[in-house]
Amino acid sequence: MTMKVSDISPSGFDEMYLSNDEARPHYATFCDWLSRQPADVLSRKQREAELLFHRVGITFNVYGEAHGTERLIPFDSLPRMIPAQDWADLERGIHQRVRALNLFLHDIYHEQAIIKAGLIPAEQVFCNAHYQPCMQGVDLPNQVYAQISGVDLIRDGRGDWYVLEDNLRTPSGVSYMIENRRMMMRLFPDLFTRHAVAPVDHYPSLLLETLQQATLASSPRVVLLTPGRFNSAYFEHAFLAQQMGIELVEGADLFVKDGFVFMRTTAGPQRVDVIYRRIDDDYLDPLAFNPDSMLGVPGLMSVYRAGNVMLANAIGTGVADDKSIYPYVPEMVRFYLDEEPVLKNVPTFQCRKPRELQHVLANLGELVVKEVHGAGGYGMLVGPASTREEIESFRQRIKDNPDNYIAQPTLSLSTCPIFVEGGIAPRHIDLRPFVLTGREIHIVPGGLTRVAMKEGSLVVNSSQGGGTKDTWVLEAPSC
Amino acid sequence: MLSRTASELYWLSRYLERAENTARMLDVAWNMSLIPRSTQTTEEIAAPLTITGSREAYDAQFDSLNMGDVLYFFTFNDKYSGSIYNCLKLARENAHAVRGKITMEMWESINAAWLEMKAMASEGFAGIGVSEFFEWVKNCSHLFRGATYGTVMRSDAFRFLRIGTFIERADNTARILDVRHQIRDRAGDVAVDYYRWNALLRSVGAFEAYREMYADSISAENIAELLIFRAEVPRSLRSCVETICDLLTQVEGDSGINVKRIAAVQNARLQYGDMAHVLEIGLHAYLEDFLRRINEVGEMIRAEYLEVT
Repeated sequence: MTMKVSDISPSGFDEMYLSNDEARPHYATFCDWLSRQPADVLSRKQREAELLFHRVGITFNVYGEAHGTERLIPFDSLPRMIPAQDWADLERGIHQRVRALNLFLHDIYHEQAIIKAGLIPAEQVFCNAHYQPCMQGVDLPNQVYAQISGVDLIRDGRGDWYVLEDNLRTPSGVSYMIENRRMMMRLFPDLFTRHAVAPVDHYPSLLLETLQQATLASSPRVVLLTPGRFNSAYFEHAFLAQQMGIELVEGADLFVKDGFVFMRTTAGPQRVDVIYRRIDDDYLDPLAFNPDSMLGVPGLMSVYRAGNVMLANAIGTGVADDKSIYPYVPEMVRFYLDEEPVLKNVPTFQCRKPRELQHVLANLGELVVKEVHGAGGYGMLVGPASTREEIESFRQRIKDNPDNYIAQPTLSLSTCPIFVEGGIAPRHIDLRPFVLTGREIHIVPGGLTRVAMKEGSLVVNSSQGGGTKDTWVLEAPSC
Repeated sequence: MLSRTASELYWLSRYLERAENTARMLDVAWNMSLIPRSTQTTEEIAAPLTITGSREAYDAQFDSLNMGDVLYFFTFNDKYSGSIYNCLKLARENAHAVRGKITMEMWESINAAWLEMKAMASEGFAGIGVSEFFEWVKNCSHLFRGATYGTVMRSDAFRFLRIGTFIERADNTARILDVRHQIRDRAGDVAVDYYRWNALLRSVGAFEAYREMYADSISAENIAELLIFRAEVPRSLRSCVETICDLLTQVEGDSGINVKRIAAVQNARLQYGDMAHVLEIGLHAYLEDFLRRINEVGEMIRAEYLEVT
């Protein structure tokens, strides 16, 4: 099986192929293997994978559709490979970035040195919807705010890496990273004898350690708090709780009494020390935040502020991963660590600045415009892929509320072949490595590669029909 | 264990057991309807509705009483909460909510059953034979139970799953015996009677047990004794209650003192009971009393373990 000539865009960067007939060196063994596979074997394996995912029930729920609507995230069986050296550089960069972001969070909730130094405008922090005044002066063990983070990376047409965004609230997708690997090992065991693929299966045990380190309590009881089975990431919540051997709780399973948090069990109330919460700040405690929330635990915030329960991630981390703060992250790295950033930001125009707004409005057709608080691929404009009407209606929205938008050049995103009807064809991808911060930082090699399954599409979000691939960090040159 | 988790496990297995019992009960009704002389009796056709107390729900959905509609009502019907369709749906939903507490094999078996059920529902009995469908339901239940026995840790998860099974089963055995006994009382045709008891025994999988334990031909009194008092029969009331008692004492922690007490009392009534006692107060009255007691046990389990406030 080979890729059809002319499939690879000459201006784009393909992860697997240098040109239509030449594979990149780290893919040589794989492409050689691939060329010797009969087409029907691969399509059978692809179908087998879909069947297995369905049976195992690895699904996600789609918002806006009837409750309980479950879909399968498309899985592609061609791995995305990253050579050892590339990964070493990325790892260093991610490490540095997450360290700086945690220092930034500690700073703005304490001395606010970075604001006093004039590097970030005060209103960008204090007027941010995700800034939580109640966290001011609260001390956290090891000064860690984001125990779990995801850093979204992309590559441009030349293959240079960029950080597209940071996810410091409740990043999801790590269960797919683990399940994709298990699936690949089940489907193609022989490929793993030919490649030294760095393992990812130990993520849950690292996560448990990290969560235990979020508190000073000895032999802490950790639970995972989920909004419930209709949440889009419920599969992941259940999966992680099971892999870590901790209770998967809903708000109603917890209650506050005498300054501590307890869970209701068949053997009576049991105290909880750390909550890995997969619920947004606003829904955590109806007494402190959104009073209509049925998902949270009344009184949780008061226990948290008293230090009698720990939340991971902390309250108020959203202020650091917001798209309006994103442009300042390289400055944070220099300010807190006195180092040059290893990873580049995508050049970003802030529409709240009049001169940059002017530039954005004049070049809407070439830019990607995003809401500063948006996520999941919703509420964005991809200029080159939009009709004139769409652009004009978006122009009006930007003019009405410029502070709410940022814009970036349309990066071409690298491609990686996926399996399609009758062969393989390139599709755009990104990468989300997962970062765990306890007493030290752990990054499981690789992460989740997301794929825009539609030809030419740049939107990789699963809520918008994106798929996933297994991500292989190669430990040594393949032989 | 989280109270909510225990509750979901308990209901997961109750719904699955209910699906299995419904299939068993209908299998008898269906087989009886194939015997010429019994087909016309309304009482016979209505038996499944009487057993489950669902006559009203049936009448709201159908104009007349006939075997075809009764079968549909209990199987592919998504409007009746106790249909096999809905039992499997609810069992699977409960499993979904606690998938972290059950093993992959258990989840896969219940999830696959639901997916197949959904696929079959569109065609109904046009796509699958009646007996074949009931076989399939029983097999789903067997498979899940087998996966449970073979893979899950012997912890409270296992215990609450089993408690759910046996509460549901005890309730069902008592109901089926009660209704079948009443129908028999009023009929009186000896040949039909034979097939009726035969079918009842087969429906609870106790035909072989009967043959082994009683040398004489099938009699109503022996059957009642078998299904109430014999500890060797896995669907007898005695077996069910004894198992519930054992499981309750194994549940971790000191909760549930009240339910443990009333379950133990009921267990003693069965352990030291006999048919003479039953016949003295009458089988129907005896079974009604049992149903009240077993439902009280269920209610106490809910209050002391599952919905703690």
